Amino acid sequence: MSAYNFAYLDEQTKRMIRRALLKAIAIPGYQVPFASREMPMPYGWGTGGVQVTAACLTPEDRLKVIDQGADDTTNAISIRKFFETTAGVETTERTGEATVIQTRHRIPEAPLGDDQILVYQVPIPEPLRFLEPRETETRRMHALEEYGLMHVKLYEDIARHGAIATSYAYPVKVEGRYVMDPSPIPKFDNPKLESAAIQLFGAGREQRIYAIPPHTRVVSLDFEDHPFVASKADHACDLCGAEQSYLDEVIVDDAGGRMFVCSDTDFCATRQAEGHRGRFSPEAAE
Amino acid sequence: MYVAVKGGERAIDNAHAWLAEERRGDPGVGELTVPQIREQLSLAVNRVMAEGSLYDPDLAALAIKQARGDMIEAIFLIRAYRTTLPRIGHAKPVDTGAMACDRRISATFKDVPGGQVLGPTFDYTHRLIDFALAAEGEAPRSEQADPLPGTMPRVTEYLNLDGLIQPEAPSDDTPPDMTRQPMEFPAGRSLRLQALTRGDEGFVLGMAYSTQRGYAKNHPFVGELRIGTVAVEIDIPELGFAVEIGEVVLTECETVNQFTGSKTEPAQFTRGYGLVFGQSERKAISMALVDRALRWAELGEDNLGAPAQDEEFVLSHADNIQATGFLEHIKLPHYVDFQSELELVRRLRAEAQQAGTSAESGGTAPQSVEAAE
Repeated sequence: MSAYNFAYLDEQTKRMIRRALLKAIAIPGYQVPFASREMPMPYGWGTGGVQVTAACLTPEDRLKVIDQGADDTTNAISIRKFFETTAGVETTERTGEATVIQTRHRIPEAPLGDDQILVYQVPIPEPLRFLEPRETETRRMHALEEYGLMHVKLYEDIARHGAIATSYAYPVKVEGRYVMDPSPIPKFDNPKLESAAIQLFGAGREQRIYAIPPHTRVVSLDFEDHPFVASKADHACDLCGAEQSYLDEVIVDDAGGRMFVCSDTDFCATRQAEGHRGRFSPEAAE
Repeated sequence: MYVAVKGGERAIDNAHAWLAEERRGDPGVGELTVPQIREQLSLAVNRVMAEGSLYDPDLAALAIKQARGDMIEAIFLIRAYRTTLPRIGHAKPVDTGAMACDRRISATFKDVPGGQVLGPTFDYTHRLIDFALAAEGEAPRSEQADPLPGTMPRVTEYLNLDGLIQPEAPSDDTPPDMTRQPMEFPAGRSLRLQALTRGDEGFVLGMAYSTQRGYAKNHPFVGELRIGTVAVEIDIPELGFAVEIGEVVLTECETVNQFTGSKTEPAQFTRGYGLVFGQSERKAISMALVDRALRWAELGEDNLGAPAQDEEFVLSHADNIQATGFLEHIKLPHYVDFQSELELVRRLRAEAQQAGTSAESGGTAPQSVEAAE
């Protein structure tokens, strides 16, 4: 791979992306257009996140890549391999040891520190997109801070279902100004958007970058009488017993038997190593 | 007992190995060479070059081989390679008027200076499977005429002489580059044409067809379609003049569209323009129709709300690499989101059920109150 530059992208492209990142950090929650490149993986598979990671990486970095909270999902492996080959950086599965974490659909359970960067892969950066398909319109709505449509949508949910029927990609307001799509993380993760780490969002196909600087106020949209609730499955992890982590539901037999396990594999493995046990842990089952 | 699925890395490696084996097919059958694809599947090569936005027949042929004939996959390979190439300069605008034409036809005049030249076209073939092709035979030869003398004048220029066709304003502005700047709307014609020429052939064809069927109908005629070779010249700053660095084959289509005039323009013919790498007639004509439909505002026409008139709609969905990536990404794991949806649906159902039972009991309560009264 020596034919390619460090972390694949040429330095000119990285500079263009870094400029967009700086602008995004300066205007929290604002979607900065950037000249997204065609990457050697398909659009929709994390090209935005990969470009942001490529622009952030230094040879000294330690990279972690997760998809659905897990390091061993196929696309996470593929992206990690890409940077192992093109940047030769060290990689890790330990959240605490990583300096850059690229993620799809989750925020790690362990709180992140001020020496860490969390890079999100974003499919549709525009929180208003499903209410208004036109980019020309939604840009105007953001400029005028015209978010009434979003509140009407949430209100209609309550009127129809008795609750806000959005369970992931739950819209937030950043630093009291821009309404932002936190990418399709479960709303359970929304409180973790207020973090000490730098959070960068890359949407390759839609050519947008946005950011949440450290310690920025991020409020999930709600109503006084219908406050936001970060919900999760009402179970404990069957492997490590954790009660406050986001769980995957796994079908374990053809009789519909199921178990619940932490979606954050590093969090779960760490707890198990510390001796925590769940309902179905090998030792507990014995 | 359940253990989290591991071994994704090995699964990926094995999948790639199997893919390579499938690509080769039966090893008892001779392997396709890149020159064979380049020479004998040249229209496929042309499409890959056009939508890949890179003129390199050998590389396009290799991409087709690697992609097992999946055109969009081959286009993707070319695009991903293209972005890594350094920009060493910008060519001067190619002069399609000076094209050495293999084919040149006009549907608007029976004969034109330079003549109607059919060239290598499927147009009047009968679509009967040629079983003789299944057997190996001698390479077919066609009769050769002397090269066409001089350059072919443009058909639309004859209309222009009489002021019957809307003129195109010349401009020396540096055109925007959609591969180096994010798309913004309104895009303008130059950017639209860039997006259309690399747009998916099927999508552009469908959009063009919709205008013919009445969604923003604009009565096109093929004023001229020409296919041939043009020189590519580049300014060399050290030399102070332009040097020819090569040739490309292009297909150019100019449509002449009926136009009865609008609030701002007199009755005259208007134009649509298509220009595509290689022999890509269907694409070039489609592009010209869509270009014309998108010019409604500039020509003072009404917006009929037709899809082909909608710049943002057309340009946002014309790129097959973007489209296929986003479409196919739903194969990726989504179980975190699905889990949150599961919980939501379960909760809403439980609440609805509860509300149902309490409504029933609520229904009996007032009766008992009445009875008590």
